Amino acid sequence: MQFANYKTDGFYDEMFDAAGVPRPEAKLLVDTIESLDDGQFLRCQRSAERILLQLGITFNVYGDNAGTERIFPFDLIPRIVTAKEWAWVERGLKQRIRVLNTFIDDIYHDQKILKDKIIPEEVIKSAIFYRPQCIGINPPRGVWCHITGTDLVRHGDGQIYVLEDNLRVPSGVSYVLENRDLMKRTFPQVFEGLNVRPVDDYPSRLLEMLQTIGPHGDTENPTVVLLTPGIYNSAYFEHSFLAQKMGVQLVEGSDLIVQDRKVWMRTTKGLRKVDVIYRRIDDDFLDPLAFRPDSLLGVPGIMDAWRAGNVALANAPGNGVADDKVVYAYVPDMIRYYEGEDPILPNVPTYLCWRDTDRQHVLGNLDKLVVKAANEAGGYGMLVGPHSTAEQREEFAKRITAHPRDYIAQPTLALSRVPTLVEDHFEGRHVDLRPYILYGNEIEVLPGGLTRVALRKGSLVVNSSQGGGSKDTWVLAGEAE
Amino acid sequence: MNETRPLLSRVADAVYWMARYIERAENVARYIGVNLNLQLDLPGDPSQHWQSLIDTSGDSAEFVKRYGEATQHTVVEFLAFNAENPNSIFSCLRSARENARSVRETISSEMWEQVNEMYLHMAAQQLAPGAEWLPEFFRQLRLSSHLFQGITDATMTHNEAWHFARLGRKLERADKTSRILDVKYFMLLPSLSDVGTPYDDIHWSAVLKSVSGLEMYRKKFGKLEPHDIVDFLVMDRDFPRAIHYCITRADASLRAITGTEPGTFHYRSERLMGLLRSELDFTPVDQILSNGLHGYLDALQQKVNDIDDALLTDFVNWRPPVQTQSQTSTVTRGSR
Repeated sequence: MQFANYKTDGFYDEMFDAAGVPRPEAKLLVDTIESLDDGQFLRCQRSAERILLQLGITFNVYGDNAGTERIFPFDLIPRIVTAKEWAWVERGLKQRIRVLNTFIDDIYHDQKILKDKIIPEEVIKSAIFYRPQCIGINPPRGVWCHITGTDLVRHGDGQIYVLEDNLRVPSGVSYVLENRDLMKRTFPQVFEGLNVRPVDDYPSRLLEMLQTIGPHGDTENPTVVLLTPGIYNSAYFEHSFLAQKMGVQLVEGSDLIVQDRKVWMRTTKGLRKVDVIYRRIDDDFLDPLAFRPDSLLGVPGIMDAWRAGNVALANAPGNGVADDKVVYAYVPDMIRYYEGEDPILPNVPTYLCWRDTDRQHVLGNLDKLVVKAANEAGGYGMLVGPHSTAEQREEFAKRITAHPRDYIAQPTLALSRVPTLVEDHFEGRHVDLRPYILYGNEIEVLPGGLTRVALRKGSLVVNSSQGGGSKDTWVLAGEAE
Repeated sequence: MNETRPLLSRVADAVYWMARYIERAENVARYIGVNLNLQLDLPGDPSQHWQSLIDTSGDSAEFVKRYGEATQHTVVEFLAFNAENPNSIFSCLRSARENARSVRETISSEMWEQVNEMYLHMAAQQLAPGAEWLPEFFRQLRLSSHLFQGITDATMTHNEAWHFARLGRKLERADKTSRILDVKYFMLLPSLSDVGTPYDDIHWSAVLKSVSGLEMYRKKFGKLEPHDIVDFLVMDRDFPRAIHYCITRADASLRAITGTEPGTFHYRSERLMGLLRSELDFTPVDQILSNGLHGYLDALQQKVNDIDDALLTDFVNWRPPVQTQSQTSTVTRGSR
C-alpha cells in the first residue's frame, strides 16, 4: 500500500512534511505500511470494522428509532505525537486545568476575579452553565473539574491551540482504549520498533482519582458508582465500558434515592450507601429538585446530599461556567491573574460579539470566520464562513445582532491532516486531538487521546454526529523531560 | 455468600431476564427443529403437528388472529422470525441483548459478545419459503445458546448475579418442559390404544428429543412408555431438563442469594419455591397420572409464575419506606 500519490495539498500534515518526506517519527510506520500489499491493508481495515460490530462498540443516533446503532468509524493510520511535543502539551494542560479549577472555585466563593474586573461580572452571570446553586459549596479537596477532555487543534502555522475545554461531561475516552486494543489486534506489526506509550491504565487511574475524592477523604474503601442516563444515551457504551473496567456499579437515576441527605442505591438486600458518583448526566438533569423539575433521569435531592458533603460528584456541578465560549476567551487572562504566568498553550484568537468593535469586525467578515454559539457543543449552532451560503450568513448576522452575548467568532483554522484510507487509497483528512486529564490529588494527563477525523473530503467538523471518525493516537516515549 | 458487592435490584432483574430469554429462544428453536424432522416421518397432513407447536407456546389466540392456518411457513415465521410476537426467537434474542446491554459491567465481556452475536446472526437471517437451511439454522441456535451457558458458567464469578441468571434459566426451562409434555401428552393420548405402532414410537421420541432427552431416557428406562416418560421429564433428579432437576437447582440458587437456612424461609419466594420443590421431592408419579397430568402441569406452571412474581416483589420492586420517586424501567421486561 503506497503513499506515492499522497498529497499534503498545502496543509500541515502530521505524517509528512511540506516536501512530502515522512517526518522522522513517522518514517518507520510509513515503511511498514508501504511494505504491505494493498489487499493486506484493506483486510486489516475490514477486520477492524467487523470487530467493532461484534464487540457492540456502537453509539446511538438521536432522532432515529431505538435500536439504530452505528459504529464510530475507525481509521487504521494512527496519529503520532513526539515525546518532545507531548511534554509541552502536558505542561500546558496541567497549567490550564489548575487555573480553570481555581477560577471555578473563585466564582462560587469570593469572585475575586470579578471584583478585580479581569472578567466582566455580566459575562459570568449570563453564562448558561453558571449555577448559583453552587455558591459556597466546598467539594472535597476543592476540586471541581475531575475529568476534562480538552480539544486541541493544530493550525497551518504548525502551532497547537486549545479549541475548547470540555469541563462538564467529556466523552470519548473509551474509544481511546478500544482503538488501541483494536490496533493491536488487527495490525500488530506496526508497533514494532516504535515505543508507543500505553493508555490501558486509564481506568485504574480514574478509579484511584474517584476514590480519593470520597466524602470522608480517607475512607479506605468508598463505594464508587457511575451514573448513566441509560441504554438509549448516545454514550452508553462508554458508561458501561468504564464501569466494567473499573469494576464499579453502573447505576441509573431510578437505582438511587436520597434519605437523610445521603445517597443510597436500591439493591436486592436493601439500601446501600453510595460515597462517590461519577455522573455522566448533565447538570440540568441531575436533580429535578435543584435544576429541571421535569427530569426523570436524575435523583431528587442529590444536590442537597452533595452540599452536605455526604457524597462526592465528579465532575462537580456548576463547573460548566468555564465551558462558555465567552469565558473561554478569558482563560489566558485567568492564567496571568491567578498564576502570574503566561499561558503555555495558546487560545484560538476569539472575537466576542457583545463587544461592539468585535461585532462590527465579525459582521463584516462572516465569509472568513467560524461563528459558534457560546453554549453549544457537538458541532451544532455553528457557521463555517468559507463553506457557507449567503443565506446562512444572513441568518447568522441576524442572530448575532439580536443576541450578541450568545455568539463568538474565530478565524477559520486550517486544521492539520493525517493520511486516511479512502476507498482503496490514502487522502489527507482534518483532525483534532482530545487528551484526557484527571484531577484528584494531583493533575494527570493520559499519554494519548482521541484523534477525531473529519471523514468527508474538505470537512473541518470532526464530531461523530456529523460524519466524524477516529484514529489511534500514539504518544511516543523518549527522553523528553 | 461472600458479600463483596451488593447487587442492584434493577441489575438482578435484567440478568434474570437475559437468561430467561435466551433459554426461551433455545426452547423454541428445539421444538421447531424436532418438528421439522418429525414431519418427514409422518404420513398425511402435518398441520396438526405445527398447530401443537403453537399450543405449546401459549400464544394460540395471537397466532390465529395473525395467520389463521398453521403451516410450516406460518408457524416458523411466527415462532422464530416475527418481530411483533414478543416470544419469537427474534424478540427473545433482542430482549436478551437489551437486558445484557444494560448490565454489561456486571456480566463478562465474553457473555455480552455471545449475546450480541446471537442477536446479529438472527437479525441478519431472512425467512424464505421452502428453506432447506432451516434445520441447520435451528441447530446452530441451540448450540449458540449452549455456548452462552458455557461461557456464563466459565467466565462469570458464581456470585449473586450469576445465581439470578441461573434462577431465570431454570424456571424458564421447567416451564417449557412442562408445556411441551402437556401438549404432546394430550395430543397423543387417543393413540394410546395404538400402543406399539411405529408412529406412536416416533411421536414419543419426538417429545423426548425436544428436550434432548431421548438418549438419556433410553439409558434409564429403555422402552418408550408414557408413564416412564412422564416420570423422566417431571421427576428425574439428574436429567438437566427435567422439571424436578430445574426446581432443585433454582431453589439452591435462591438460597445462595438469600443465605437462608434450609428448611426455613425469610422471603415469600423462598416459601413458594420450597413448597414446589418438596412436592416434586415426594409426589409419586402414579398419583400424578391418576389425578390427571394436565391438571397437575397446569397447576405447576401457575406455581412457577407465582414464584416469579414473588421474586419480583422480594428483590426488585421492593420500596423503601419513604420512597416517593417513580420508577421507570427502560429495558424490555418479560411476559411472566
